[in-house]
Amino acid sequence: MTAKTARPPARRRRAGGLGPSPWWGYAMIAPAFIGLAALYLWPFAKTFTKSFMDVPAFGPGEWTGLDNYTELLGDDKFWQAFGNSAIYTAILLLGVPVATVLAALIHQVGRGRTVYRVLYFLPVVTLPVAVSMVWRFIYNGDFGLLNWALSLFGIPGQYWVADATYTIYAIGAVGIWMSLGVNLIILGAGLQSIPPELYEASSLDGAGRVRQFFKITLPMLSPSVFLVTVLSVISALQMFDLVFVMLRSVDNTALADSKTIVYLFYEKAFVEFDQGYGAAIAIVLLLVIMLATAFQFRLQRRWVFYD
Amino acid sequence: MTDRTARAPKAARRGEWALHLALTAAAALMVAPFAWQLITAFKTTGEASQSPPTFWPADPTFNAFTTFFDSVPFWSQFTVSAAALALRVVGQLAVSALAGYAFARLRFPGRNVLFGLFIAMLMVPSQLFLIGQFELVRDLKLLDTIPALAIPGMFSAFGVFLMRQAFMSIPAAYEEAARLDGAGPLRTFRSVMLPMVKPTLGALAVLTSLYSWNDLLWPLIVSPRGDHRPLTVGLAGLQGQYGTDYPTLMAGALVASLPLIVIFLVLQRQFFNGIASSGLKG
Repeated sequence: MTAKTARPPARRRRAGGLGPSPWWGYAMIAPAFIGLAALYLWPFAKTFTKSFMDVPAFGPGEWTGLDNYTELLGDDKFWQAFGNSAIYTAILLLGVPVATVLAALIHQVGRGRTVYRVLYFLPVVTLPVAVSMVWRFIYNGDFGLLNWALSLFGIPGQYWVADATYTIYAIGAVGIWMSLGVNLIILGAGLQSIPPELYEASSLDGAGRVRQFFKITLPMLSPSVFLVTVLSVISALQMFDLVFVMLRSVDNTALADSKTIVYLFYEKAFVEFDQGYGAAIAIVLLLVIMLATAFQFRLQRRWVFYD
Repeated sequence: MTDRTARAPKAARRGEWALHLALTAAAALMVAPFAWQLITAFKTTGEASQSPPTFWPADPTFNAFTTFFDSVPFWSQFTVSAAALALRVVGQLAVSALAGYAFARLRFPGRNVLFGLFIAMLMVPSQLFLIGQFELVRDLKLLDTIPALAIPGMFSAFGVFLMRQAFMSIPAAYEEAARLDGAGPLRTFRSVMLPMVKPTLGALAVLTSLYSWNDLLWPLIVSPRGDHRPLTVGLAGLQGQYGTDYPTLMAGALVASLPLIVIFLVLQRQFFNGIASSGLKG
């Protein structure tokens, strides 16, 4: 494409009158590029180099080679955070089939689609901090709504956010609740592009709604489902807010065993100011996200249907 | 569709009822936490920590709201959040629209390489930039200021990408007509092209507002002394102060979330378009 458009510059110029000089292009991307360089490229390079250094809170650091990384690999706290992030991500993946079924149901209703979308979207536009506070209250072990609801069924209550056995699952449930709205919109856009004739033809053949869901909706929607899966994994691996607000308080000992990768990063880099170690965590996070995404792209050949 | 309902009106209507029933049940689950929050905000602290919980407030009171407004500098935090949002949205739209237009429509050497750099940054998790961004803000002596909250968010590879896609979809004829009329590139951009991408600008504005209003990690990092704290940081701090005074916490959470919820209810279409277009790029 570039070769073709770049080829006849003289003729193009005449056809469109005076084509603007290339300097216009540079001038118009200048603000974006300066921002990109100063706030993204340079910080990225810094994080990368710092991950090979020991950086004290003040003063210059010194090169320590792979020390941060070897320390990280031998750090139980890191592996625990890694495990927590992995469990949280797995829980959020359970939300994808839920969103797919709900999106298909919403797509089927004749009236009131928007009402449902708005209701399901409310958690997305609510402050995550506020959401976390509400859920913390619902999860309260002594007088929370959840334990009361469970007691109606004779299920014993738990200290959902104060007992490290349950914290990550409790947070995962909130994560599903928070991300459902976004997933529904993306899947809804995908459903819109499935030709209705497919359904008409198959119902003439006597296929029921459930059969249509598995034979038409699911294969045709698979690119959107794939996209939602990839985006869910990327954002789940970066979870921070829910842990910060739901678990952090003076007397909550469960926090120590419930940290995620990004929480650990925040603590190391900006609370303890051990930036070299924090940088190494961030680089490992990047590698984990890249690997997880690459893995999903490899796997998509088995189940994603493109026409 | 019409003939299907004509052929089996009863079955279709029954199916529709079942659908609504299932979707309403799910919606009730989604909304229940908000309802509980709202109800609790009007209870007394004692009543909110009763077991089993009472459903309706025995003695509805505004105490929680009064405590919240008395103990939190709400309006100053609200102003900080709103100012940071405005700065970030305006900056983001200007920067992204200009660059998006140049990448979509202008020819200059190195265009594809530069655009590739932007796209590459889309894939890197934001935490990798935090240390460097923090140092830059600190070195510019901007810690604890409103610009510090807004600056990194003004420049987003995602915004540039979104605007480029929007400009690419506009037929070249409009631009050539403007050029033949003697309009320069800047004029063509502003008076011909920009009005045609308004829907995308709206979607980007709304998404940026959402990220800005809800962000917690970056404001925590750049307002260490807390002189210019946005609502998110203030609210998180409230929890340390009123750990178990749930009515106050619920009232605060409600008041802080309300502005964006209202904006969402008014501009749902832009929200949904923004999310759909950010998802559909893949």
